[in-house]
Amino acid sequence: MSRRTALAILVIVVVSAAIWAMLVALPQRVAPDEAGPSTPGAGPATAERRITATLYFISEDGLSLVGVPREVVFGEPIVLQARRIVEAQLGPAPAPLAAAIPDGTTLRALFISERGDAFVDLSGEARANHRGGALDELFTVYAIVNALTVNLPSIARVQILVEGEEVDTLAGHVDLRNPLHQSLTWTGESRN
Amino acid sequence: MTRPFTAFALTLVLAALGGAPAAQAPSSAAPYTVLSREAGRQPLAARTIGGQEMFALEDLARLFGFTFAEDTLAGGLTVTVRGQSIVLTPGQSIASVGGRLVSLPAPPAREGRTWYVPVDFVSRALAPVVGTPLELRKPSRLILLGGIRVPQVAGRVEPQAGGARLTLDIAPATPHTVSQEGQRLVIRFQADSLDASLPTTTAPEFIQAVRPGEAAGTVAVDLGPQFSSFRSSATPGDRGAERLVIEVLPAAPPAAPDTPPPATPAPEPPPLLDLAPAGALRTVVIDPGHGGEEEGARGPGGTLEKQVTLAVARRLKAALEARLGVRVILTRDGDQTVGLDERAAVANNNKADLFISLHANASVRPAMAGAEVFYLGGDDYAEAAARLGGERTALPVFGGGTRDIEVIPWQMAQVRHLQQSAGFAQAVEAALRERVPMSERAIHAAPFRVLVGANMPAVLVEMGFITNAEQEQQLTADAFQQEIVQALVASVIRFRDFRGGATP
Repeated sequence: MSRRTALAILVIVVVSAAIWAMLVALPQRVAPDEAGPSTPGAGPATAERRITATLYFISEDGLSLVGVPREVVFGEPIVLQARRIVEAQLGPAPAPLAAAIPDGTTLRALFISERGDAFVDLSGEARANHRGGALDELFTVYAIVNALTVNLPSIARVQILVEGEEVDTLAGHVDLRNPLHQSLTWTGESRN
Repeated sequence: MTRPFTAFALTLVLAALGGAPAAQAPSSAAPYTVLSREAGRQPLAARTIGGQEMFALEDLARLFGFTFAEDTLAGGLTVTVRGQSIVLTPGQSIASVGGRLVSLPAPPAREGRTWYVPVDFVSRALAPVVGTPLELRKPSRLILLGGIRVPQVAGRVEPQAGGARLTLDIAPATPHTVSQEGQRLVIRFQADSLDASLPTTTAPEFIQAVRPGEAAGTVAVDLGPQFSSFRSSATPGDRGAERLVIEVLPAAPPAAPDTPPPATPAPEPPPLLDLAPAGALRTVVIDPGHGGEEEGARGPGGTLEKQVTLAVARRLKAALEARLGVRVILTRDGDQTVGLDERAAVANNNKADLFISLHANASVRPAMAGAEVFYLGGDDYAEAAARLGGERTALPVFGGGTRDIEVIPWQMAQVRHLQQSAGFAQAVEAALRERVPMSERAIHAAPFRVLVGANMPAVLVEMGFITNAEQEQQLTADAFQQEIVQALVASVIRFRDFRGGATP
């Protein structure tokens, strides 16, 4: 009896330890360090680490941008994280939302100045494939401006370049000659 | 063929003047007359100095209520009008007006203790800052103050088969009536006074004289012995002017009654003109969005934004010219590519009082519909406005030294007009809402490139969503375009009246 009791206790202890390891200890070691992407990452794990960032897409009714939390690959230093966020922003929209950036647009380069101005160099599709229309042009511009400034507070302003050059506008309306501040005017309710 | 009579000009207002005190100096020139509703007629002495007609600065200060002071250190004259400064420098025919340089035909001159400025000082330096409409008419030696209505009336009398014809060109078009009072016709204009050059007659048997009437704003036509009846008609002319033709007819030979139907106001012009007291609104620039290679948005049926904007712009131009008598300029009148800076430049170079950019919207959502109105705004421009508030730069001036002037960069011109632009945008939104479907977010401030450089109140109107199949059809339809035009005309009138009333 006592051997059986001892065996039972051993089994319970082992199972409890396994459950504790699965639920508590392991996730802490593997989970991404969301609070501080600037802390040095654990070398080999960096490729798989992700942060949650708010990205912007066009609402179902077409009246506003909608902020959506999405997992984005962790990047270090900040300029790499900014690239990852813009790349995710250029990707497809989650249904039923629509992408604010013209199809086929890619990120050519991204720099951040000492003053906290980010320069986002987009491929020519950003202009060539734009449908036109002032409202959708506002959505295109502020999806990018807000995705960077909302998720990375050290970025104060964003200027969009096309094919490496400054441009007046993407489709004839929004002034892109200077870096723009974040504007949530065009953003409706956030969806989780 | 001989010319029996040579027409000579008769300036009504001057004839009515009588006894204006002229400057005592031998070089005195004929005086000008300042006309305003509040003070009526006031003479303003002029004199010729160095071949230039000039006014004494102290006379102008008294009439227009400004102060001036001599800067003994810098050797300049500073005129302060409603908190704005005009800086004059002896020996230089340039004045700084509220920070902008304007040229004058001659430098200010001094005789004894009196300073004199060229006559053009009134139109070039004073008018922009005096805060009320101010117009200098050199040929008729008139200065019109405060939106007073003094149309120019010029005419001729021609004999024609069996009668005579009096043609009067009236600028701007002004409502009037023509009535027969005994042996004369009286043309009464809805005007405070007339700036008239009336013709001598060439057909005395029908028209003996065309002369100023007894009352202000009237013209009397003394009829000749062969007069029996008359016909009058008015047609719109160029640039908001109007032509009035009065045909004086003899009695029909066989069986005409002695007394013709008195004053048959034949085809009177329809009361088209809106004649609320005119504010400072003289020129409106309409910007048909896109054009040429820049097609703008495209509807599902293939309609291009650039086509719709041009069509509505042309209609709006015609309507504003006909109803308000203002000068209207389009930034493009065909299918050509025009840069965004060029569009604002057209407005700035023509000193437009209002800039309206017309567009059609597009959305990834085909159901999206309704008109929207935008004015320039956003944190980026509010910041710039705050920065510009007190920015002064020392610039070198001719003859050595420097002067502080206010500098507004070209690309920030709109910042000074944000408040008026927002006010006008609200008027447009309200007028559109009465006539066409509106978007749920119908009025907004946005960093729109075409508005940034416009140095006057400016809005951008998205008339509807061309990507919505139903709205695409509406945007090309006469009726819908006409509704948009009516709404914009109504809001321009509101804006004009507001400005006219806001600047007493």
